[in-house]
Amino acid sequence: MKWMNELLASEPASSNLFTFILITMPLLSIVLGFVTYAILAERKVLGYMQLRYGPNRTGGRFGLLQTVADVLKLLIKEDTRPKQADRALFWLAPVIAFVPSFMVLAAIPFTESILFADFGVGLLYFIAISGISTLGMLTAGWASNNKYALMGGMRSAAQMISYEIPLLMSLIGVVLFAGSLNLVEIVEQQQYVPYILLQPIGFIIFFISATAELNRIPFDLPEAESELIAGYHVEYSGFRFAFFMLSEYVYLFAMSALITVLFLGGWNPIPGLGFIPDFIWFGIKFSIVVYVFMWIRATWPRLRADQLMEFGWKILLPAAMANIFLSAILKELFF
Amino acid sequence: MIRTEEMLLNVGPQHPSTHGVFRLVVKVDGEIIKEATPVIGYLHRGTEKLAEDLQYTQIIPYTDRMDYLSAMTNNYVICHAVETLMDLEVPERAEYLRVIAMELGRIASHLVWYGTYLMDIGTTSPFLYAFREREMIINLLNELCGARLTFNYMRIGGVKWDAPDGWIDKVRDFIPYMREQVKGYHELVTGNEIFLNRVKGVGQYTQEEAIQYSLSGANLRCTGIPYDLRKEQPYSIYDRFDFHVPVGETGDAWSRYLCRMSEMEESLKILEQAVDQFPEGGKTMGKVPRIIKPPKGEVYVRIESPRGEIGCYIASDGKKTPYRLKFRRPSFYNLQILPKLLEGENMANLIAILGGVDIVLGEVDG
Repeated sequence: MKWMNELLASEPASSNLFTFILITMPLLSIVLGFVTYAILAERKVLGYMQLRYGPNRTGGRFGLLQTVADVLKLLIKEDTRPKQADRALFWLAPVIAFVPSFMVLAAIPFTESILFADFGVGLLYFIAISGISTLGMLTAGWASNNKYALMGGMRSAAQMISYEIPLLMSLIGVVLFAGSLNLVEIVEQQQYVPYILLQPIGFIIFFISATAELNRIPFDLPEAESELIAGYHVEYSGFRFAFFMLSEYVYLFAMSALITVLFLGGWNPIPGLGFIPDFIWFGIKFSIVVYVFMWIRATWPRLRADQLMEFGWKILLPAAMANIFLSAILKELFF
Repeated sequence: MIRTEEMLLNVGPQHPSTHGVFRLVVKVDGEIIKEATPVIGYLHRGTEKLAEDLQYTQIIPYTDRMDYLSAMTNNYVICHAVETLMDLEVPERAEYLRVIAMELGRIASHLVWYGTYLMDIGTTSPFLYAFREREMIINLLNELCGARLTFNYMRIGGVKWDAPDGWIDKVRDFIPYMREQVKGYHELVTGNEIFLNRVKGVGQYTQEEAIQYSLSGANLRCTGIPYDLRKEQPYSIYDRFDFHVPVGETGDAWSRYLCRMSEMEESLKILEQAVDQFPEGGKTMGKVPRIIKPPKGEVYVRIESPRGEIGCYIASDGKKTPYRLKFRRPSFYNLQILPKLLEGENMANLIAILGGVDIVLGEVDG
């Protein structure tokens, strides 16, 4: 991947523009393929847990083309905009929500060789960029000029502030152990023992905060369909709505990949099973994480806004701090 | 200093969690509700006025549309009122069929409540589980009377159809199955920490307030008053069954949930006894004159519907049609406490409280 680094370090010019586009295309298509089938898988898993079939008409018995059809439908739908909406912000909001979700993908190492940007502060980059998406939701809520959307936007801002902090703090334990912010190095450190065993508290806190970051049940307050109808994207239709939907699932992809990298040992095989290729190991671990997210969605009710805050500030944050303290002592004593 | 202002928010009539076409105009400060005003009448069809031009038998299908989740109870209340006024005798077999149909309806109605309430709280799975069992009940009732929702099953002086062959056995088989499922619902939801946090202490009122607002059904019993008309003032053949009235202690959404869940189990008890005592043979229609003309006079009967006390008042001037007909519709009365409960709560609790009252808009609007 040396040439990649050289390329990234090179001056942007018309000569290498094409190369840039060419090498990002495969990643984009992988992610879009994932999103298409993650939505289908989610519907199938939910169906399986809720005594129904899920999509089973479009594209054969397993509804393989259902999401494709849905996206096509969204593409040809009329793009509506409320009369009183803030035009510029209304246009900008889906972009703000969507662009960072793809930007974070650059930092994720899928295997030792399949990675795009191997830079020193990969972890920090991921967290910093992913925080921007919430601005998109807030903007959407404000620009729609709809009271429900506004409430959804406010909720999402409050949620981000309360959960971004424990999310970051729970990672410090991992960083302490690995001694690096570079995601590849973090994976290499887990060759024998994945960090889920060394950092169980950190893992739990991270997983909970990640669910909140992804706006999934039980933390789906910004959308809360039974309270706020659809929350921040209630006024969006057609492809603008698709952008929100897309960014949600791209984040699911990114977050699951990050959990795999940070806590489950990335592409490292279980000792003795090294003959299975590394990208398959990554895929297996990654799929398990995604499945758990779907499983949670099928089983839990939604928290209330004040309970969410209380949980974030009074339980997760102190626990994350205690975890840092504990990790530091362990690191000093044993490693 | 940031200037803040109250926001006027229309919840409904197209809001998904208002269980129909109910509208709440709420003044919110951020997410805190300052004032809530219910606006009803979107489903008003003037049943009571229409009934004045209809013969008594013709009114029965209209009652199906009132509380459409437990149409059997509504059928019963109008038939019971006319029978009381005319002093008609109902054959035993018909009474048993009525009780079985009503209790099945009660379970079906509570199942809808259970499913939709959890949907309001934010989880979708229990809804589908509840609807699996509801579907079985609906199929049973469908076999009995050929309709899934608007049954039009009971007649003045009896019931329209006798149970088909083997139907009673199907009900008998259903009872133990349903018992298992109710246990399953408890496993699925009752112990869930998030659910407990959402419902405990939410929408709480005292016994006095419940009585002042004339609440009935589980909304009254959740405060600890064991008031159930099936026990207080047994109608039909309810005095033959052994069951108890589940009461709550705290008067919040949590105790209402527990009340309704144990009411399903009590209904199963009644069903079990009714199926065992079910008479062999016998008629399903009593001796009823060809044209139903109740004598001059008034009558008021009240029975226990899944939502509370449903009453029917008939003023007859001796003609084929009633002079005046009035239903006491429990959902309408139970709804009246809502503005008081909602004050000072937040948006998420609004849904939890509204859902906990268990209203059916067809009944509220009449």
